[in-house]
Amino acid sequence: MFEGYWGSVAIFFGINVLMAFSLYFPMTAGLISLGQGGFMAIGAYASAVLTKSGMPFWIAVGIGGLLAALSGIVVGIPAIRIRGIYLIILTLGFGEIVRVFFLNFAFTGGASGIGGMAPYTNLAWVASACLLTSLVAWRHRYARMGRAMIAVHADEVAAQAMGVNVVRAKLTAFAVGAFIAGVAGAFYAHYTLFIDSAQFGFLRSADAFLFVVLGGIANPLGPIAGAAVVTLTPEIFRFLQDWRMTFFGALLIAVALWRPDGLVTAIRTRQ
Amino acid sequence: MLLQQLTNGLMLGGTYALVAIGYSLVFGVLRLIHLAHGEVFMVGAYIGLEVMLAFHVGPVVALAAAIVGTALLGIVLELILFRPIRRKGGSFLAPMVSSIGAGLILQEIFTKIFGAEQSEFPAGVGSDVYHIGPLLVSATQVFIMAIAILSMIVLHLFISRTRYGMAMRAVAENVEIASVLGINADAVIMLTFAVASGLAGIAGVLVGLAYTAVSPFMGINMAVKGLAIMLVGGLGSIYGAMAGGLLLGTVEVLCVAYAASSYRDAVAFGLMIIVLLVRPRGLFATGVAVER
Repeated sequence: MFEGYWGSVAIFFGINVLMAFSLYFPMTAGLISLGQGGFMAIGAYASAVLTKSGMPFWIAVGIGGLLAALSGIVVGIPAIRIRGIYLIILTLGFGEIVRVFFLNFAFTGGASGIGGMAPYTNLAWVASACLLTSLVAWRHRYARMGRAMIAVHADEVAAQAMGVNVVRAKLTAFAVGAFIAGVAGAFYAHYTLFIDSAQFGFLRSADAFLFVVLGGIANPLGPIAGAAVVTLTPEIFRFLQDWRMTFFGALLIAVALWRPDGLVTAIRTRQ
Repeated sequence: MLLQQLTNGLMLGGTYALVAIGYSLVFGVLRLIHLAHGEVFMVGAYIGLEVMLAFHVGPVVALAAAIVGTALLGIVLELILFRPIRRKGGSFLAPMVSSIGAGLILQEIFTKIFGAEQSEFPAGVGSDVYHIGPLLVSATQVFIMAIAILSMIVLHLFISRTRYGMAMRAVAENVEIASVLGINADAVIMLTFAVASGLAGIAGVLVGLAYTAVSPFMGINMAVKGLAIMLVGGLGSIYGAMAGGLLLGTVEVLCVAYAASSYRDAVAFGLMIIVLLVRPRGLFATGVAVER
């Protein structure tokens, strides 16, 4: 049943769920990013180069994720001090810098991109990664680090006064999110079998942002629901052919107006 | 040679500044970012293009039409995307979602009408080249520079000398107190969107003249650069956006001339990171509370 068209929809849905979780973790610590596409690009390019040089797929996926996590820490360092709009625009800038970097990086094909990866990604890989991430996200709320992140989100000063290591919580949130985005990128690269820098631009980052804001972050079902809405709506509206982005845009506006605090339940970002 | 590059940079920077000022104006009154602003800029370019082609008029008429068209578009966007969420008291992320949606719609509509490819923009100003000392300046560049400077002067006078400008500053300072003092905040916010969008419309026509090409996707690049400039200048600071735009244009042109031209689109963010490290609130820190 999961072959052909619906199989492909299911895999893209899974990759989008991972992208949604990549922003869910930073958001639980109150960190908003509009640059998740950059982390995805790092995972995608790194894993593509590695598998093409003969490395087993699962190791390449892991290394792609770790490299993304490393850059997540680098981006996370300024995030210790800044927040809100500043952080949104800073991460947006990070995404653009990564895109321009890969556009010019001859080793990974530059503007002509990189292709010819083996089709390693299948539904089993993606589904298990999604399941594992959802489980972690669900348990995370009750774990020490998860509660620390939620406390940082609710009130940074109070959390610090209570002994929460704010720096560690924020950096962990960013690194975990970036790792997941890197893994999603690795899956993406070994499913589409061709990547270039244009695929990881602003719209990719905006997608991850939409999944999480539409779904809300009050519980881990939120990002899944958000990814489902964003991935499946254009597919359902496929009969509209060329106008489906317009309907999708109208849907975004409608949801934002109808439930400004998120689809699943109240998004906890108001202050 | 350096002087020539600086001149080119200031001309490019003028158009950046016009877009960035729009972000700052909207941020000033709403403390929000308007993610369809790049598409408003794109619409302005197409209005200019179509008016010049359809009526065989010069760029001045095209600019006037683009200002009116984009100002109206800005008002419509405010009424649809921002006002209802404000009334409901929704999260500050909701208007970002609705404006991303509006941006997608505008892109698709313009792709359908004009095609996804670039459309050629008529020259309009003429191809005279002037020699000013060692400088080589084309008539188009002079026109772009003149319009950009004129727009900024008019904006400055409007903000600082008129009742409406004063109302805008009052609302930017504090919405509640401005309302208590009898200012109709909703009307002022609408006016702010009209002014911000009109400036983006001007920038659209100027960029069309400069590059002689427009495309439905030209907004995204300008939008992300405009946001970077807003941070460089200081959130909500109009004069910061002007200075930041000119600075970015100059640095970008110097990067193309003396370093790697293919990295030009990353320059904005490199500049942003450097400025934020030295002055975390931007060149013209406004002291606006943005801690959310």
